[in-house]
Amino acid sequence: MTDKVNITLRVNGKSYAIAVEPRRSLADALREDCGLTGTHLGCEHGVCGACTVLVGGKPVRACLMFAVQVGETEVRTVEGLAKGEVLHPLQKQFWENHGLQCGFCTPGFLMLAAGALEADPDISDDELREVLSSNLCRCTGYQNIIKAVKLAAAEMRK
Amino acid sequence: MSAIGKSLKRLEDKPLLLGQGRFAADYRFDRQLIMRVVRSPVAFGRILAIETEDARAMPGVVAVWTAADVADIPLIDFRMTRIKGLEPYRQPVLAREYVRYVGEPVAIVFAEDVYQAEDAADLVFCDIDEGVVHLDATAPPVEFMPETLPGVLSEPAVITKAYGDLDQAFAKARHVVELEVAVGRHTGVPMETRGALAVHDPNTGVLTMYGAAKVPHYNRDAIGRMLGLDKGAIELSEGHVGGGFGIRGELYPEDVLVCAAALRLGRPVKWIEDRREHLLAANHSRDQVHRLRAAVDDKGFILGLEDEFFTDQGAYVRTHGGTVSDLAAALLPGPYLIPAYRVNGHIRLTNKTPSGTYRAPGRYESTFARERLMDTIAHRLGLDAVEVRRVNLIPEDRMPYDRKIDALGTEVVYDAGKYQDLLDKTLAHVGYDQLRAEAAERRSKGEHVGIGVALFIEKSGLGPRDLVRARLLKDGSIEIITGVASIGQGVETIVAQICAEVLSVEIEQISVVHGQTSRIEVGLGAFASRVTVMTGSAAQIASRALHDKILVAAATLLRKENAEDLTLLDGMVRLRDSNTTLQLREIAEQTPEIIEAEGWFHADHMNYPYGVHVAKVHVDSETWGVKIERYVVGYEIGRAINPVLVHGQIAGAAVQGIGGALLEEFVYDESGQPLATSFADYLMPTSNETCRIEMFLREDCPSPQNPLGVRGAGEGGLTAVGAAIGAAVDDALQSPGLVDCLPIGPSKLHALVHQYPRNPG
Repeated sequence: MTDKVNITLRVNGKSYAIAVEPRRSLADALREDCGLTGTHLGCEHGVCGACTVLVGGKPVRACLMFAVQVGETEVRTVEGLAKGEVLHPLQKQFWENHGLQCGFCTPGFLMLAAGALEADPDISDDELREVLSSNLCRCTGYQNIIKAVKLAAAEMRK
Repeated sequence: MSAIGKSLKRLEDKPLLLGQGRFAADYRFDRQLIMRVVRSPVAFGRILAIETEDARAMPGVVAVWTAADVADIPLIDFRMTRIKGLEPYRQPVLAREYVRYVGEPVAIVFAEDVYQAEDAADLVFCDIDEGVVHLDATAPPVEFMPETLPGVLSEPAVITKAYGDLDQAFAKARHVVELEVAVGRHTGVPMETRGALAVHDPNTGVLTMYGAAKVPHYNRDAIGRMLGLDKGAIELSEGHVGGGFGIRGELYPEDVLVCAAALRLGRPVKWIEDRREHLLAANHSRDQVHRLRAAVDDKGFILGLEDEFFTDQGAYVRTHGGTVSDLAAALLPGPYLIPAYRVNGHIRLTNKTPSGTYRAPGRYESTFARERLMDTIAHRLGLDAVEVRRVNLIPEDRMPYDRKIDALGTEVVYDAGKYQDLLDKTLAHVGYDQLRAEAAERRSKGEHVGIGVALFIEKSGLGPRDLVRARLLKDGSIEIITGVASIGQGVETIVAQICAEVLSVEIEQISVVHGQTSRIEVGLGAFASRVTVMTGSAAQIASRALHDKILVAAATLLRKENAEDLTLLDGMVRLRDSNTTLQLREIAEQTPEIIEAEGWFHADHMNYPYGVHVAKVHVDSETWGVKIERYVVGYEIGRAINPVLVHGQIAGAAVQGIGGALLEEFVYDESGQPLATSFADYLMPTSNETCRIEMFLREDCPSPQNPLGVRGAGEGGLTAVGAAIGAAVDDALQSPGLVDCLPIGPSKLHALVHQYPRNPG
């Protein structure tokens, strides 16, 4: 169990050569081995979605995936969302529409929404609410999150 | 430049959006050890042995402690509402002699790595002689720890409050209405679990605990006392905090243990709670049963009210002492006159996770009880539910209104209130009559749609004082230092807006330091909707003092005798009738001493916000699921510093209230095993279980008790949700009095419907 495996994680366009136990979760590898602490752990049993990252473009609970399962697939985390100083439309709209309070669930929501909007830029409001119900937020009551994602979607379609 | 009243973007957000937050788990120190807590697997029993040998032999394990290793650390004391007789019921940092709930810390493992710590913790064996569990707070009390504390019963205290002549009220009553209601066990559940990292610097001798929240100064002093540390030998530091809601940041066993371990093991010690632990170990709340009895006249006016209630406080009395029961008892009468009142609030212990405050503590429960009573009175007397409320409301000309009882050691004096006015305006805003007509129309076609209205009184701005320091930095920016804590609610932005209004600068020029005990000697923290009222007022006073000092400094630089000809506008000082200006940066650079000021704000009384909740629900008669179609919160804020942030507070709180009304509950089996230990069983609202929360925010009645006129925004979105939804479901099913308990998940509602009516006639 404690024998470590050498792997290379490709995260936000960078390579991280790390040695991990096979049981190490992707979330722990990102946070502890790659130093990317923007991915948060809220439940470690796959319900809250705070640890959502994109693996091969698809939203994944990083607490439920082992780091060794990722292989060559590109991982994207919240740290890779902005382009330099320019915020991603989702980040911008979350800021402008008070889509966050404590901010702990925010990286998970941003990555969940980024995955959904990239997969379907014309996603309907009902589908969007359904997708966003994948993650938990305890501060906002969701309405500003939904509003921010809708506005970002419109901005990204332009 | 005006900053107050504007919905400015928050100062807090950028690092959080970029993934650059610094939450407790994000801290990391060289040589740090991981602490893992071994928790009791049973609800009640005598500890025979805690076997740690196998755990100690595991790779990476540095130490394993049980109660014997921390026998010198005293029980965790009360921060609030200390009532005589509560002392024996305080919790030790590790269980001694008895375990009293599943999840109670019995041992701790220290290892190099979190995986090693968890592996080793699994091997600690708890040899416990199980006793008979006690899970019903309304049942006669039993012995708390029979063998070691014989005769000490599981009712630590009864809180009694009374005013008026209750006997006379019942003697005069035309009707006596009785009602028993219950609110289930649920709690705050912030998305970030608790965590702490303690580091002892051998060079300075200072122990620093990161991961502080809510009340860093109190906890610094309390941990210092418990570990025998000199003043100055311990500091607490707050990073980002992933939600508080009352439960996070109280002093828990784990906070004390990481500090003790960092001192004794000579290495940094980090503890991050997992979610299962959180649901077992962090404060639970609510869980009250109220037995009400009202003396009523023919108009529905309540002549007298009597309440006997029971709070299931769980296994121990934690830092809040009697707070939850005290608040429930004090605010049960709400916005109504009720000339005579007597309440006995029984604080009862059971073998469940200990309780504390959760956003709107005691008021969510007592508002449900009182408002369900108002609906019951209306039904019994054949009156309109809103009309019954109207005849009972305290009129505006009776303000300020002295309740002649106390809450949290302060006299309950409603500072100001236009209750009737807010009720009228809210009902007009929602189109109440039309809403009811539409619901009736849909019901006539077979749908189950109903409207519920509930009123409430909140309290905010708990004193007794707060201190803020303001300083002009050399780069011309302003630094505000406060002992307040940020739990995600937007403290920095609110304080900066208040300061910016006075100093006529952009909020981006202001940095707000909070939650750092090393930066300011006084801090009361973030609870009881006190921050904007108390810290905000102190920030305004400090900013005004700084404003005057800046002008004096500018006058000196401009060789003027006095500052009267100077004004501070748009970030620069101007000399009247001239083109002479000085930038704040120039003033700071050219003035040899640091320009700084402080502001104290004192308050002996809380202020009392109030509001009206209106719910429209649809009940599915096949699944018995309740869908909220519309939810409106009418709320008197006094003055909104940032309306969008107020709305955020109200909406978030309301959704937590929906959780408590429809979804969330800590259920136990007959042996005291908790059945809700994951998010698969403890159900919180998602975006699918909520609707848009409409805010009807009023600034019609500023509080006369603080210079800003503000009232707290933190809790009023939650207070009446259970009551309003309960009334709406009754209406939807045309079954008055149906909802007498919360939460009403589908199976519960199904059962209620099939038992209805419970008291025929």
